Amino acid sequence: MTATSETWSYNFAYLDEQTKRMIRRAILKAIAIPGYQVPFASREMPMPYGWGTGGVQVTASILGPDDVLKVIDQGSDDTTNAVAIRGFFEKTAGVATTTATEEASVIQTRHRIPETPLSETQVLVYQVPIPEPMRYLEPREAETRKMHALQEYGLMHVKLYEDIARHGHIATTYAYPVKVSGRYVMDPSPTPKFDNPKMDNSPALQLFGAGREKRIYAVPPFTQVTSLDFEDHPFAVQTFEEPCALCAAEGVFLDEVVLDDRGGRMFVCSDTNHCEERRAAGHRGRLSGDPTKTEDASQGERP
Amino acid sequence: MAVAAIAPGFADPVFDAQKAFRTVMDAMAHPGRVHELQTALAPPAPLSPVAAAVLLTLADFETTLWLGETLTKTPAVADWLRFHTGTVLTEDPGEATFAAIADPMRLPPLGAFAQGTLDYPDRSTTLILQVETLDPSAGPTLEGPGIDGTARLLPAPLAETFWLEARRNADLFPRGVDFLLAAPGKIAALPRSTRIVEGD
Repeated sequence: MTATSETWSYNFAYLDEQTKRMIRRAILKAIAIPGYQVPFASREMPMPYGWGTGGVQVTASILGPDDVLKVIDQGSDDTTNAVAIRGFFEKTAGVATTTATEEASVIQTRHRIPETPLSETQVLVYQVPIPEPMRYLEPREAETRKMHALQEYGLMHVKLYEDIARHGHIATTYAYPVKVSGRYVMDPSPTPKFDNPKMDNSPALQLFGAGREKRIYAVPPFTQVTSLDFEDHPFAVQTFEEPCALCAAEGVFLDEVVLDDRGGRMFVCSDTNHCEERRAAGHRGRLSGDPTKTEDASQGERP
Repeated sequence: MAVAAIAPGFADPVFDAQKAFRTVMDAMAHPGRVHELQTALAPPAPLSPVAAAVLLTLADFETTLWLGETLTKTPAVADWLRFHTGTVLTEDPGEATFAAIADPMRLPPLGAFAQGTLDYPDRSTTLILQVETLDPSAGPTLEGPGIDGTARLLPAPLAETFWLEARRNADLFPRGVDFLLAAPGKIAALPRSTRIVEGD
């Protein structure tokens, strides 16, 4: 035992054992039925709904003392949500934490998949706000449940078609619906559609927890995850015209940062760990502020 | 039966259960793959230590448990499970959250267990089958979610009709039962999502 009653006034990883058992049973069913949303008795957590209570409950139920935990919020290890949840598990479970993707055994994420490819020994836990991909099209749970039961996903395609009719292309850029293993249509949580291809055939187990909506679902490793599309409007991820301004990475998801009130802006890696590791390895972007070079770093000149 | 006669459960309920769960979760996420599951449990025979560890990890007052014929013959098994988990024993396999079977040669027809519904396919039985060996180099070829390409698994002993029934079970997807196969010190899973493509 690593713990003493002095340092811990509650159970390991906060949740009581009965709650963990209930969540563990839901996780096993979720893995057995990829993409199906298993109802679970979500608990009140010491943080408000919308702050990742679903993901926290899933993480708390799988976490062990030997795990190394990484928490990201929109790709960043250093924003409020990530720091708070990492601190929560440091305090309640005493587990080691890290920001390095490859060191982590459990990664809890809000709306990104790390750029570093995941391995078979890792588990990715998503925080999910609205687990039902058709909720905004059909508010009645009884109806959407029937649609999943009958594999009646026409409504989802109508939504994507309306995008094309209105904008000329599928304008959905995040929470882009996927079909898991050819059966269930699933909301990948509000990750940018850029990350959808990373879900397909991933060697890591992916677990999704929605606290307020009380659902857990999963994508097992090596499972087919297909983004919905049309033959004449195939699925495509976002592309960026310029590389990361700090580490010069290409083919990664970039965040836009406004620099001034004259239209100046820069694009930087959304995955902060990936960006830091690249810079540590000597990669330099346009605005990385390398002291050995005297580049003009004051302007973000863009049309 | 005197309370003093009941063998102990997990020495460390929190961490032993967590360890066992992660092993079971890994097994479920990688159908057919054989995982080590060491446990110090000494449950009353014929309940095996691995099957016992799975039940202590997952069963409680919210679940129902159906015991196979061989296990019901020894009342100490039910007493031990009731004492440690508080689970509700049922005689109707169609109502069971979990089913533990010590003699897989005498597995009832799978249709007798809860299959879940199309609306709620998760409301189905998880079967814990005690086997003697798990051989990943023999047996039928498996494919599906969790399997990189194909895998093989031959649990033994099993009734002759097992693979035929398991294939029908997979055809029911998303309904159907899930299997946890417990051999001494080892565990493997066969969820309903796994397709049994060839061999028997």
